[in-house]
Amino acid sequence: MTFLVLLAQTLRIAVPYLLAASGGVMSERAGLIALSLEGYMLSGAFAAALGSYYGASPWLGLLAGLSAGTLVALLYAVATIRFRADQVVVGIAINLLAIGLTRFFLRLAFDSSSNSPRVAGFSDVTEAGESIASSGLMEALTNPVVIIGLLAVPLTALVLYRTPFGLRTRAVGEHPQAAVTLGVPVARVRYMAVAISGALAGLGGTYLALDQHQFTDSMTAGRGFIALAAVIFGRWDPTRVAIACVLFAAAETLMIHLQGAGGIPSQFVEMIPYLLTIVALAGLVGRSRPPAALGKAEE
Amino acid sequence: MTADTATSAPVATALSWRVRLEESLLPPIAALLIALVVGDILILSFGQSPAAVYRILIEGTWGNAYGIGQVLYKATTLTFTGLAVALGIRAGVFNIGAESQLAAGGFAAAAVGLLFPAALPALVAAPLLIVAAAVGGGVVGAVPGALKARFGASEVIVTIMLNFIVLAFLNWIVSSRLHVPETLHTPEINTGEIPRLAAFADVFRGSAANLTILLAIAVTVAVWWYLFRTRAGYELRAVGLQPEAAEYGGVSVPRVWLKAMTISGALAGLGGVNYVLGYKHYYEEGFAAGSGFVGIAVALVGRNHPLGVVVAALLFATLSQGGLAVNALVPKQMVEVLQAVVIIAVATVVPEVRRAVRSVRRA
Repeated sequence: MTFLVLLAQTLRIAVPYLLAASGGVMSERAGLIALSLEGYMLSGAFAAALGSYYGASPWLGLLAGLSAGTLVALLYAVATIRFRADQVVVGIAINLLAIGLTRFFLRLAFDSSSNSPRVAGFSDVTEAGESIASSGLMEALTNPVVIIGLLAVPLTALVLYRTPFGLRTRAVGEHPQAAVTLGVPVARVRYMAVAISGALAGLGGTYLALDQHQFTDSMTAGRGFIALAAVIFGRWDPTRVAIACVLFAAAETLMIHLQGAGGIPSQFVEMIPYLLTIVALAGLVGRSRPPAALGKAEE
Repeated sequence: MTADTATSAPVATALSWRVRLEESLLPPIAALLIALVVGDILILSFGQSPAAVYRILIEGTWGNAYGIGQVLYKATTLTFTGLAVALGIRAGVFNIGAESQLAAGGFAAAAVGLLFPAALPALVAAPLLIVAAAVGGGVVGAVPGALKARFGASEVIVTIMLNFIVLAFLNWIVSSRLHVPETLHTPEINTGEIPRLAAFADVFRGSAANLTILLAIAVTVAVWWYLFRTRAGYELRAVGLQPEAAEYGGVSVPRVWLKAMTISGALAGLGGVNYVLGYKHYYEEGFAAGSGFVGIAVALVGRNHPLGVVVAALLFATLSQGGLAVNALVPKQMVEVLQAVVIIAVATVVPEVRRAVRSVRRA
C-alpha cells in the first residue's frame, strides 16, 4: 500500500467533489443556494451512461452528462429567478425530481430498476487500479474528466477574480441593487452562473458513471451535499473549497483502508464533512460569511 | 429564508372570504393540473393510456378498504412531517431535517420499548413511548435551533448536514449493537403496541393503518390551537412574519427559533410512532425514507395551515400508494417525479396565480 496508491485513490474520490463544488461556488457567489448539486450530478451521471451507451463513445457520454446537468440547473434558475420561487424549496424538489426521473427513465431505457448495462468509459482504471499498484495514478491522470476536474478549481478562481463576468457574478451575489444601478444584467449573470454550476456538477456525475462503466440507482449517494459542505467549509473561496474537497476525499480513502484494520466505525468517518460544516457555520473556527444576497431572489 | 408562499398568506385575512377561498384553492389546482400534464407525458412515453392509469390509481387507493387503509397509514406519517415543516415555516425557520428527526423519533420509541418489561400494560407504555418519540425528534430539532439562535448558523444547511450525521449514527448503533442478525432492524418492542384498524373492522385486514391516526388528528388540532389561539403561537407567527417587529414588541426572536425548531423536530419524531408502535413494532433503517422531504411538499401545498396539511398529506399519500397500484402499467417512480413536479409547480405558480387573481380583482 504505497503512498501513490493512496494519492491516486484520493484523486479519484476528489474529482466529482472538485467539479460539483466548483459549480457550487459559482452558483452561491451569484446569490443562488446550491442545494441541488446532488440533482445535477445524478442527472449528469444518468445522461452520461445513456450517451455513452447509445453513442458507443465516452465523449458522447461526457457531452450528454454536461448538457443534462446544465438543463436541470436551468430549470432551477427559471423557477427561482424568473418566477422568484423559494430557492430552498425548489432546490430540494430538483433533487427529488432527479431521483424520480433517473429511476423512471432507467426503467424506460434499460428496463431495470437498479442499473444500466455496461457502458464505455475513458479508461479501465477500475480494474487496473486495484491490482497494479503504481499505474493507478497515471491511468487516472489520462482520464479527460479528471483533467477537467483538476482544472475546474483554478479556472473557477480565474473567472471569479480575474474576469469582468466574475466581478459581475460576485456583485450580483453581494449587492444586486448596486449591480443593477451599474447596468449589470442581474438576471442574465445569475442564469449564466447557475448554468455553469449545472454543467460542472453534471460533469461530476459523468465522471462517476463513466468511471464505474454504468449508471446505478442513486449512485451519487450524497456526493452533491458533500460538495456543498466543501463550499461552506471552504468559505465560498475556490482555493479553500478545493482544499476542503481533497481533505474530505482523503478522509474517505483512509476510511477504506482502515476498515479492515478494525479502526473507527466507517459511519463516524462518513460524518466528518457534515460535522466540519456545522462547526464552520457556527463560526467556531474563524469567521464564516456567506455572500450577502444568498437566497434572495429579488433584484 | 421563509417561503414567499408562507409569509404572504396572512395578508389575505384582510380580504373577503371569497378572495381567500380562491387564493387557497386555485394554486393547488393549478399545480395539480401541471402535474397531470407531466404525468400524461410520462405515461404516454411508456406507451400506456393516461385514462387507464389514472383509473387504476384511484381504484387501487380509494376503491377498496385495503387501499384506503394504506393511504391513511401513509397520510398519518406525512401529517406529522408536514406539521413539523409547517410550524417551522410559520416561525420563519425552514426545517429540512424532518427526515432524520422522524428516524430519531422512531428509534427512541423502539429503544425505550425494548427497555420496558413486557409486564408493563400497553396502555401505560404506549403514552411513554409516544413521549420518547417526541423527545428523540425534538433533540435532533433543537440542535439546529440552538445553533441558529446562538450563532446565526443557517438552519437549512445545519438540518441537511444533521440528516446525514444522525442517519449515519443510527446506522452504526443499530448495526453494531441492536440489530436482529441478518436484518437491518431492532428486536420487537416488549410492550406499547398500538392496535391496527383491522382489529376493529375486519375489512382493513392486511393494511398498516392503525390508531396512530387518532394521535395525528389530536396533534393537528393541538398545533392549530397552539398557533392561532395561544400567546406563544402568536409570538411564533410574529417572528415568522417580521422578526424585527416581533423583537421590538418584546419577543426574544432567538428563543422562538429554538422553541420552534424543537417543537418541529418533536412533531416529526412523533411520525415514528406510526411505524414502530402501530405497524412493525421495531425500528428499521429507512422505515419512512423520503417522508421528511415529502413533508416539505405537504406543508407547501397545505399552505402551512394544520388543516391544509392534513388534506395535502392525504393527497400525497394517495399518490404514493397509487404508484404501487399502477406499477404493472408504468414504473411507480412516476409518482416520485409527480411529487417533485407538484412542489416546483406550487413554489413557482403560487405567487403567479395569486398575483393574477389580485390583478383581475383590481381591474
